[in-house]
Amino acid sequence: MKCVVCLKRVPDTGTRIKIDSSGTAIDDTDVEWIVNPYDEFAITEALTHRGSDGEVIILALGPEETTKEIRTALAMGADQGILLQVQRPPTDPLQTAQVLASALKELEFDLLFFGCRGVDDDNCAVGPMVASILDIPLLSDVIQFDVEGSKATVQRETEGGHEIGNMPLPCGITTQKGLNEPKLPSLPGIMKAKKKPLEIRPVELPDSSLEIVEMSFPPDRPPGKIVGEGADAVPELIRVLQEEAKVL
Amino acid sequence: MDPFESLDLFDIDALLTEEERMIRDTVRQFASDKILPCIREHTREGTLPRHLIPEMGELGLLGANLEGYDCAGLGPVAYGLIMQEIERADSGLRSFVSVQGALAMYPIHDFGSEEQKQKWLPPMARGEKIGCFGLTEPDFGSNPAGLRTRARKDGDSWILNGNKMWITNGTTADIAVIWARTEEGVFRGFLVEKGTPGLEAIEIRGKYSLRASDTAELVLEDCRIPAENVLPKTEGLKYALKCLNQARYGIAWGAIGAAQACFDEALRYSKERIQFGKPIASFQLVQQKLAHIATEITKSQLLCLRLGRLKEKGDIRHYQISVAKRNNVFHALEAARTCRDILGGNGILDEYHSMRHMMNLETVFTYEGTHDIHALIIAEHLTGIAAYE
Repeated sequence: MKCVVCLKRVPDTGTRIKIDSSGTAIDDTDVEWIVNPYDEFAITEALTHRGSDGEVIILALGPEETTKEIRTALAMGADQGILLQVQRPPTDPLQTAQVLASALKELEFDLLFFGCRGVDDDNCAVGPMVASILDIPLLSDVIQFDVEGSKATVQRETEGGHEIGNMPLPCGITTQKGLNEPKLPSLPGIMKAKKKPLEIRPVELPDSSLEIVEMSFPPDRPPGKIVGEGADAVPELIRVLQEEAKVL
Repeated sequence: MDPFESLDLFDIDALLTEEERMIRDTVRQFASDKILPCIREHTREGTLPRHLIPEMGELGLLGANLEGYDCAGLGPVAYGLIMQEIERADSGLRSFVSVQGALAMYPIHDFGSEEQKQKWLPPMARGEKIGCFGLTEPDFGSNPAGLRTRARKDGDSWILNGNKMWITNGTTADIAVIWARTEEGVFRGFLVEKGTPGLEAIEIRGKYSLRASDTAELVLEDCRIPAENVLPKTEGLKYALKCLNQARYGIAWGAIGAAQACFDEALRYSKERIQFGKPIASFQLVQQKLAHIATEITKSQLLCLRLGRLKEKGDIRHYQISVAKRNNVFHALEAARTCRDILGGNGILDEYHSMRHMMNLETVFTYEGTHDIHALIIAEHLTGIAAYE
């Protein structure tokens, strides 16, 4: 199978995010970048469907530094990488989808994989948008994926249950936690990754009609209140819960 | 718990290659995800986390710096970073990796026959076969030249007799590299397989240190092995010492990891622990301790990186390894003790890591050439006079 995984570079989930002076973007000066954790499911899944004569291609849109995250995917076992290089990644998922889709048109893949969402913007949009532009079927939030011949069988989690569906190839999925257990790249894999092909293609972003107006943090939690100690405090605690917190 | 933040005051990251950083980050994640969640239980029980061995093999951690035979073939700095990251979790696990790679696989790789290499190295790299190294004896630690274990040729066999002490991986090992003196008085290395009649491994109990490591005494009593089990190129004690040089190099790096773990823990704690109405990190006495530890870690990092680059060029000297092992373990132990102090009463609980590192490092301070023996090695280079002869 020829598999393509669309990968996103995101801030490490442990990073303390700061908003820059414009108030509409994050300040990326001290940010540690990683492969989007949901994309690790996508890479791992693609590798299991590659087969002996297939390949796994990593496609990413981002600044030049994104080669580091592509190399991580190559170290996990992918065969080659393509970076669609821009100065700054777009915040409009439609722009991302359009650029990815135009590169994907040339790749003649069987299977297309995305993480179900980027842990940075949480749009959950790029995968379905790309499939729509390419006019191929895609199912999202997949937790089990099997391919037989030219048909894919997909299991998804729905509210309170499971849903099983079929799609013809070529098709796409967005991967959800539970699909597989991503493995760390092996150390020999890291050494081999250096020699694998990684193409950098500068691209122009199409116009966007989306504007981020403001970014803000949630308000600070109000401080706790100690109403007393031991059994003597119970009446006051009940009063506060009833009258102030209004939870009883 | 917040993710570990490593100290890098001198932007040493910038001196590493992209692959070296990736290898470090991968092993760091392995340590966080797999070792740290189970290390307290194994320390309490006094057991080696054996379930991690296949995964360490799959990652390529075992014999990672050796070429061929399914080994990862990494450079010395990448190898050192592996040791650093494993020891950031626990010195006992790092000891396992050191002994498997530097003391068991390395002598087979460098001094073994082609058959021995083919038979042992690939399964050892995968973690399917475990090795140990028997040089030290109950009465011969710092002075291995006096060792009493004897090997006698008898037709197509060697017959080994003697006792080996403080053998890491001793009861687990499928293959032991045993150093013995032949009737001609030559030191040679022998491969003794688990289950050979006359070989017994007795677990050493009651350790306060390296509790998550398997430590044993090996007893060899008329232990008969095939003649071809001698490591052909080992003729003299210097071949055993070459193995120790490999291991000591890794220990110098490993100590940085243990110190970093303690520092990270104490720094966080000092910023959160309120006394006299403010975090203890705001007191000058605590600040001085943190500054001292951070400075010593930085010096250790620079020492190791230079040592690794020398090893890469093939220019490394044994006394340089002694400088690094001696300095880095001394300061890691000092850092662990100081961090335990910063943690106050909480520091004696196994909920925190610093005291476990402190107890582990007491062993690391002594094994693989004691702190004092390394001073004598360095001073022998400086003066031309060997104080231990």
